[in-house]
Amino acid sequence: MEFGLSQEQILLQDSINRYLYDQASLDVVREIAAGDTDDKTIWSGLAEMGVAGLMIPEEHGGVGLGSMDAVIVAECLGYHVTPSAFLSSAVIAPSVLLSAGYTNDLADIAAGTFRVGIAFSEAIGAREKAGIVVSESHLSGKCLFVLDANADAYLIATSEQSIYLIRSDAAGVKRNQLTTVDKTQTICELILEEVKAELISTDANIYLKALDTGRVIQAADTLGAAQCMLDQAVAYANQREQFNRVIASFQAVKHMCAEMAANLEPCRSMIWYAGHALQAVPEEAPLIACHAKAHLAEVGRFVAKTATEVHGGMGFTDLVGLHYWFKRIGCNRQLLGSPERLREDAARIQSLI
Amino acid sequence: MDLSFGPKYSAFRDKVRTFVREHKDKQPASGSAPKSSGILNWQALLIEQGYHSRTIPEEYGGYGAAPDIIESRIIAEEFAREQMNTGLGGQGISMLTPVLLEMGTEQQKQQFIRPSIQGKLAWCQGYSEPGAGSDLASLTTKAELDGDEWVINGQKIWTSSAHIADWIFCLVRSEPEAPKHQGISFLLFEMNTPGIEIRPLVDMTENANFNEVFFTDVRVPKHQIVGQRGQGWKVANAILGHERGSLAPPDAANARLNGVIRLMQQETIDGQRIIDNPVFRDRLMKLQGRVMAMQYNDMRLFSSRINKNQDTKLAGMVVKLIGTELRHEIEGLAIDVMGEIGLSYGDNPYIRGNGSWQYQYMLYLGLIIGGGTSQIQKNIISERGLGMPKEPKIETKRGA
Repeated sequence: MEFGLSQEQILLQDSINRYLYDQASLDVVREIAAGDTDDKTIWSGLAEMGVAGLMIPEEHGGVGLGSMDAVIVAECLGYHVTPSAFLSSAVIAPSVLLSAGYTNDLADIAAGTFRVGIAFSEAIGAREKAGIVVSESHLSGKCLFVLDANADAYLIATSEQSIYLIRSDAAGVKRNQLTTVDKTQTICELILEEVKAELISTDANIYLKALDTGRVIQAADTLGAAQCMLDQAVAYANQREQFNRVIASFQAVKHMCAEMAANLEPCRSMIWYAGHALQAVPEEAPLIACHAKAHLAEVGRFVAKTATEVHGGMGFTDLVGLHYWFKRIGCNRQLLGSPERLREDAARIQSLI
Repeated sequence: MDLSFGPKYSAFRDKVRTFVREHKDKQPASGSAPKSSGILNWQALLIEQGYHSRTIPEEYGGYGAAPDIIESRIIAEEFAREQMNTGLGGQGISMLTPVLLEMGTEQQKQQFIRPSIQGKLAWCQGYSEPGAGSDLASLTTKAELDGDEWVINGQKIWTSSAHIADWIFCLVRSEPEAPKHQGISFLLFEMNTPGIEIRPLVDMTENANFNEVFFTDVRVPKHQIVGQRGQGWKVANAILGHERGSLAPPDAANARLNGVIRLMQQETIDGQRIIDNPVFRDRLMKLQGRVMAMQYNDMRLFSSRINKNQDTKLAGMVVKLIGTELRHEIEGLAIDVMGEIGLSYGDNPYIRGNGSWQYQYMLYLGLIIGGGTSQIQKNIISERGLGMPKEPKIETKRGA
């Protein structure tokens, strides 16, 4: 019995972290956030390390690892607030396409040369009366808050939880990038007019499994981001002096950090277990996926606020850049189901309603 | 991640399961007096079969198995599954016995361990004092050597079971000139020694869970000390660490949470089941997520006891702080679910669950404070877990 990371997983974590320290520093993140460049260089670098094809079997050009490994990668990406297509193209899309037996694009996805964005918002909970109408394999309508504004194709879930694939360059596709608080992840809307689409799945289970996986991976991203905020808060408190003492020696500050650590540390076990359950205990996966994402959203929000406060006025400025983590955590909270909705799902899964 | 115990343990689990099945109907009646024959016979049976005092050597009255954390876990799981009586607990068994095994003299082990685990010798713990709570090491109960005897004067507080204990293990200041952590000794003595007065301390639950204990010229034989003179702090710390995690086990929190779910399915307001009320349901699910996080945290801690290479220092430090607060909130939700009925306490025809929701709600506030307050836990987490500096010391009049 061993609840923890394997030697291989620790190596994976180290190599991803090393790459991100070198190639995706906060300066690089700032350039991407400002729109001076995009995330394609980072994504091709990560693809070379196998990240784009992490969950795609070797026979389709991937490295064939599991959801537990994806959790580790997501934690690293969140820690470095890395702009990437990981959640959409390397996690949710392969889950759908593999379950549905649609293998055409997998090798290109694994190579990082073909990115698949995810348009699940209307299936999770439609806003603004958005939605898609299907007529003879052609889609019309609007998808809001779609993951990845730079994707080559999109998987679109209808309100009946069927999934279609469209190409970004297909006739009738209009894509508008939506500006959000979080500049480290790109979000867009798709306006479709009679767009030719391929039906990938009518099986709700395929949609739900991909959604569960996406929720756990996104929660892992929040875990990493929150851990980084806590680390930065402790480091800042240890060097900032007021009243002739480092502020880390004041109990008021120490207790803020202790509360962050106390709430965050059990989250690590929860996320690891969730990653394990997705691949090894599928009957538990839907409930733990809902709870993991909802719980990380709450703990993440607490850590994001508290770590900013520990930094005092500097935390509020752009100089330290702490706000990139604050906004990443905030963005993860709203996407793929906000906590209140997830807790309703959790109650439904247990037949409480 | 490998969460299986492997084939080696499946035979062991079968054996435990068979025992549980065959003895389910032979357990002592709930509410039996601590030293009744029903309790003592059950305790003897559990020890004989290796389901209690499993790793305590046979020569001291235990079962004498080699320590195996997984076997212990399997026993706990199988007993819990059938809500089987797991035998006696208490501070003599859970705290003093491990200390004696590690630091006691051969004569002390021979004299105390067997009757303690058998339930024939009950103990209480004399640590906290009115002036020494969070700062336990500043305790002032005095022990002075007079010939072959210690003479003890002072007062203890928060002493649970003092009124039914046969003996006490007690921290006293034996070296008043030494720095405060090095002037403490760990003594053992009988509670019927002349000069001991016990006053029950009624708490907010209306029970006397604790006592105050007063010592006036209590004379104790010199050899009834564990460890050397002045080493008592080391001894006490070893067992306090043991106590902290055990105050808030996540599986117990989960069992209580499941009780709240049943309550919400049964209770109604204006004819609507509480579980159908989205506000209460959201509170319930929020707590469930927090309980799950603590259960997996516990799983990781368990794993790190088997796999020594895992670093779970921080994961262990947070259990008492988060676990007691969480439990207080779970009990509080149950009270809120019941509305005015939730106020019922004691003899009231509308009471639910024998009043346990209000009782535990208050008890867990006590446990947030006891065993190292939440604020002390946060100091420990920030200093030992996150490496933040201690609060600068202010000169004290004691100079300690």
